[in-house]
Amino acid sequence: MSKFNLYNTEMEKKVEVLVCYGTLCHLMGGSDLQLLGELLPLDLQGKVDLKGAPCLNFCNEVDNGKPPFAVVNGRKIEQATVKKLIQEIRVELEKK
Amino acid sequence: MAVTNNAMLIRRDLLTHFIKLLIEDNLADVDRIPLEMRPKNESSIRCCIYKDRAVLKYKLMGMLGFSSRDEVDELIPLSDYARKAFNGEVQSDKILTVVDEACSSCLKINYMVSNMCRGCVGRPCMVNCPKEAIKIVDGKAKIDHNICVNCGQCMKVCPFHAIVYIPIPCEEACPVNAISRDEDGVEYIDSSKCIYCGKCLSACPFGAIVEKSHLVDIFRTKKSGKPLVALVAPALAGQFGGDLGRIIHSFKMLGFSQVYEVAYGAEETARLEAEELKESLNAGEKFLTSSCCPSYTMLVDKHLQELKPFVSKTATPMHYSAVKARELFPDACTVFVSPCSAKKREAMDDANVDYVLSFEEYGAWLVAAGIDLNNIESETISEPPIAEAREFAISGGVTNALRVALNSSNLNDTQVNGIDKTSIRLLKSFVKNPEANYVEVMCCEGGCVGGCNVITNPKVATRQIKNGKK
Ligand code: FES
Repeated sequence: MSKFNLYNTEMEKKVEVLVCYGTLCHLMGGSDLQLLGELLPLDLQGKVDLKGAPCLNFCNEVDNGKPPFAVVNGRKIEQATVKKLIQEIRVELEKK
Repeated sequence: MAVTNNAMLIRRDLLTHFIKLLIEDNLADVDRIPLEMRPKNESSIRCCIYKDRAVLKYKLMGMLGFSSRDEVDELIPLSDYARKAFNGEVQSDKILTVVDEACSSCLKINYMVSNMCRGCVGRPCMVNCPKEAIKIVDGKAKIDHNICVNCGQCMKVCPFHAIVYIPIPCEEACPVNAISRDEDGVEYIDSSKCIYCGKCLSACPFGAIVEKSHLVDIFRTKKSGKPLVALVAPALAGQFGGDLGRIIHSFKMLGFSQVYEVAYGAEETARLEAEELKESLNAGEKFLTSSCCPSYTMLVDKHLQELKPFVSKTATPMHYSAVKARELFPDACTVFVSPCSAKKREAMDDANVDYVLSFEEYGAWLVAAGIDLNNIESETISEPPIAEAREFAISGGVTNALRVALNSSNLNDTQVNGIDKTSIRLLKSFVKNPEANYVEVMCCEGGCVGGCNVITNPKVATRQIKNGKK
């Protein structure tokens, strides 16, 4: 890989992941999502911008699906698990 | 704690629905909960939504302290049971019950020949079966389950791994063989053996084991106007986001007038146990074990009498803090906020603890009340307990606190981190060959942060407790 390419990857926009740390999501299985950061596979590290958020207000509407919720590059993910989020992150990376 | 699974989430959802009605003081509507949770047009988990609803009904009955076996008339609505429970008319000491309707789904056999069997010439399964329970039928091995004693020899010797072991999750999880099937093939918990560790509760994939709740009693007390004091166990500091100040504030929002940290009681336990350790070693005793885990002390009482002389006589942090809370707030009702079922059992024998609220119930209460811990104020804790006292909830934490109290770094200690059949054997061996002079025993792996009612992943909870002390 040339030096130029290396810079290029670093400039790439990271996948934005917003995990709901709201009390409802946390109770309904979301507590495991706190481990996402350390469970990220090596090849994804440095490519994800991971944040926790208070209630994302998805839990008020049944139509939104079931908690726990997360948002990956603006897309709502219901019944989020670590595995599911890693998959979704890969989907986003492949789009580029 | 259990791996997150749907049975656990259904239980939490059920609790949330139930608490909403308690908040609205509208228990008459409790019969609607199974319908709301399993509406007509949704797919069912079991054979049909009606079965699903029936199971939810019986789970609620279990939470209210009724066993589905007590049901004499199926037409009696849930609301009748709820009203009775709310009026304090049930006096059930059954903390863990099996919901018959949800159970009996496990196979009654432990070993089965799969179709991977090649009907080989060697037939080691047949040759090695001590009971001659295996025959070859249609070119494949077949176990006669009337003769089979579940020894597992056949599985070990099969070169094709064609024999499978089918566990019964609750029986396998129980460290003391307290749960077994009755004549009807339904699991039954023998309370003379049970140590209330709650491992069966977490293990059952059908969520068939239900824990009795004190929620109705707590709401009844609240309605009567009697003040409530929450005794907050050290492990709670690691739950949710790990901000104890917010957790304390949330109790005030839920209607508790005072919050008292059990870590203060832990300071007392550490101090007294350190003295006891010094004394007993001076008196020539070989070793001393901790006593703060009620599952462990029940294990000794019910199954390991020979260990009894070595168990510390010092009471648990819950006890000391409850005594103190009674003294400070004599007119209040004390509610211990707990990570496990064993504490519920312990509280039954402690006059200073009126009720127990599990972490799960607390979490469901927050949700039912619409409180998001992220969005509320954090109360400042003016005289925090020593950091080591909060770490009682983590395996090794009791020993650490003792070390500080003893002011010595050369405490010769060991830890039993999790009670299972292997560690029970190890504990037995200590009577003859103690490995150390102080043994800390925690029933749940990782300590109370791994209790059967915790919400936050134990690894994260441990980290949050450690960070919180700074
Ligand atoms: S708590 Fe997660 S969306 Fe509301």
